[in-house]
Amino acid sequence: MAGDILAMLVNADFWVAVLRIATPLILGTLGVLLCERAGVLNLGIEGVMVAGALTGWLTVYLGASLWTGVLAAAATGAAIGLLHAVLTVPLALSQHVSGLAITLFATSVSYYAYRVSFPAVSTPPTIEPFAEMAWLPIPVLAKQTPMTLAALLAVPAIAWVLYRTPVGLAVRAVGENPAAAEGQGLNVIAIRTGAIVAGSALMGVAGAFLTLSAFNAFFFNMVNGRGWICVALVVFASWRPGKALAGALLFAFFDAMQLRLQQGGGEGVPYQVYLMLPYALSILALVLVARRAAYPQALMKRYVRGER
Amino acid sequence: MDPRAPVLRLTGITKRFGPLTANDAISLELAHGEVLALLGENGAGKSTLVSILFGHYVPDEGTIEAFGRPLPPGDPAAALAAGIGMVHQHFALADNLSVLDNVMLGTEPLWRPKSRRAEARARLVATAQRFGLAVDPDARVAALSVGERQRVEILKALTRDARVLILDEPTAVLTPQESESLFATLERLVAEGLSLIFISHKLPEVLRVSDRIAVLRAGKLVATRATESADRGALAHLMVGRDVPAPVARPHTAGSVVCAIEGVTVANALTSVSLALRAGEIAAIAGVSGNGQQALAEILCGLRAPDAGRVTVAGRALPADARAWIAAGVARIPDDRHAVGLIGDLPLWENAIAEHYRTRFARRGIVRRRAARRFAREVVGRFDVRAGGGVDTPARALSGGNMQKLILGRALAGEAAGGTAPPLIVANQPTWGLDIGAVAFVHQQLLDACARGAAVLLISDDLDEIFALADRIAVIHGGRLTPARPAADWDLPAIGLAMAGASA
Repeated sequence: MAGDILAMLVNADFWVAVLRIATPLILGTLGVLLCERAGVLNLGIEGVMVAGALTGWLTVYLGASLWTGVLAAAATGAAIGLLHAVLTVPLALSQHVSGLAITLFATSVSYYAYRVSFPAVSTPPTIEPFAEMAWLPIPVLAKQTPMTLAALLAVPAIAWVLYRTPVGLAVRAVGENPAAAEGQGLNVIAIRTGAIVAGSALMGVAGAFLTLSAFNAFFFNMVNGRGWICVALVVFASWRPGKALAGALLFAFFDAMQLRLQQGGGEGVPYQVYLMLPYALSILALVLVARRAAYPQALMKRYVRGER
Repeated sequence: MDPRAPVLRLTGITKRFGPLTANDAISLELAHGEVLALLGENGAGKSTLVSILFGHYVPDEGTIEAFGRPLPPGDPAAALAAGIGMVHQHFALADNLSVLDNVMLGTEPLWRPKSRRAEARARLVATAQRFGLAVDPDARVAALSVGERQRVEILKALTRDARVLILDEPTAVLTPQESESLFATLERLVAEGLSLIFISHKLPEVLRVSDRIAVLRAGKLVATRATESADRGALAHLMVGRDVPAPVARPHTAGSVVCAIEGVTVANALTSVSLALRAGEIAAIAGVSGNGQQALAEILCGLRAPDAGRVTVAGRALPADARAWIAAGVARIPDDRHAVGLIGDLPLWENAIAEHYRTRFARRGIVRRRAARRFAREVVGRFDVRAGGGVDTPARALSGGNMQKLILGRALAGEAAGGTAPPLIVANQPTWGLDIGAVAFVHQQLLDACARGAAVLLISDDLDEIFALADRIAVIHGGRLTPARPAADWDLPAIGLAMAGASA
């Protein structure tokens, strides 16, 4: 058993799988992180990912280029994010209820649109997805698609924006103390809305990775809880982009490992136990790390101007 | 510009919140280099007025001019641009960000690809030096003392070249020494050509720092006086609108020890705190809030157990269970009447029996509604709780003063429902946020209970209150309590030093 695991760890294919599984988690986690840094929970992520997966794929299926598909997914995410933002920021409704409603709504609309578009197919129609970056002289990365590279580059980019630019400071400030931000002349509603729209666009791209890169078709249930994992990963990461990358890789590592273990076929152990493994280990990691997490102080607190 | 022209001119400012008129046609001017004090009780409309001035609220009527130009309503960015800075009572700082981040916030164009931090840091350091306000730009705000945070608030305005600075109750959270240092800073600001609006409900400091005093009462501007010619008694009368009888304190003779606190320690809050509370005596704990008072009050209300040490009431150690403390007759007056003291959505009568609904006011698990309502009416009558809808009024609808009277009544009127007069009263910030009339009432109740033989522990950050009531005073700082000494042995400088942590 120990030998099997060692063999797995030195196998490049294993690490290729880790990075592939991690990609949508990295993008989704960065998206949630942006929203929550601005003080707004976005439980719409699961639905946004489904919608992004569908629109991205549909755009390419209708003849557009793959990158246009990615843009379409981002735009879809941004549009749904705007809806969430309007409900939770100026209207100050419950962030939980709005987020869950948006997940249910976006998921159902996507499935419905898919069914209406393809009423009578038995095998899902396919597209030609992103190719591997064989030109890249880096071992594991060369087996990935450009979307994975983009996700990895997004981590330092988001970190730069958050910590080195005025708009990043504004986002962090409205998530910590919106009254202080307003007292300095900033428009809290505009900044929160902008952060949610940008974060949701990333979530849309995370969904599109599934249909444009990991697979070549759209399936029902293909997002399969990845959005919720991202919500937990942000807590695990203490709202820091670098740690978010680490968290996504760690979860992907567990997930890739459980896939191998399933194939390795531990006698007498039902495969569901392996399926459960990454989630159980995530809960454990969350307990160990997140107890010390420094929440953004204004997270999930509504802000109404002039309200005391 | 003519230096004698007013820097600010408020004309006919009116603001209503539902049926309440918080500001009623207020017109005021602020001269160049002047310190104008806004004096008034809590709820008189001072904070509303400056919130309008700074653009947090939009006035229903009236206009504001700054330096001769009209100021658009409801726009803090415009107020900042016009040179108006504000030091909020509850500091508008993001605790998890650094001092520099807080100062830089909102000063740069949003879409600059890289913040010019070095520039901003140099500017902050230069401004801090010029005004003698030392502060570490890289410190996290959460790690700063209250006085330092206030300095950051002032620096935020100064680095933006504020020419008018509004200070909302700036001394409320400071020790006497910190207040002195603030007053010195204010003099320096005026010398540098700033004009100040200083908001307070404390007469002595208003007389000390201001050039002119504007008195607000119930939303109206009732008078403006030059500070030189102002008379303290007359100002108090203007502020309250009537004469307030001073509570009558009798000399107390301390009896036996009712409650002994011995070596109580709570991690990160209290270190080996000891104090004996005697019958017929008011012992007070002075200190800036946040120095362990909360943990001590919670222990004495049966809400938490000390990590080490013990507390006995009438010789018996009580478990950390609120019911045991209530049963022992401890009267508990919590500091936050909204969060802990009352349940806002429940009617007054249910709140009145909240401590005894399972015992005194229940029979076989059913609440004795008639007895409960009778008790509530008794409390309302004896403690002058003014509630529009009688005992069915939700507690939320009461004013702060009436909430506090209800809590006092619940804790002290037990004998009206078959209980006994409480042997021990734990009063944590009992008059916080109350107007002068309600303060006098609360003080009188504590004095009366003490005269009837109760041991009273008063925890307060209001030194006037402590000197007015206490027989013995101990000071808490950083979780350590000084030995309690007779009130006559303390003076203001000594107590201030102890509050700042100097060993007395």
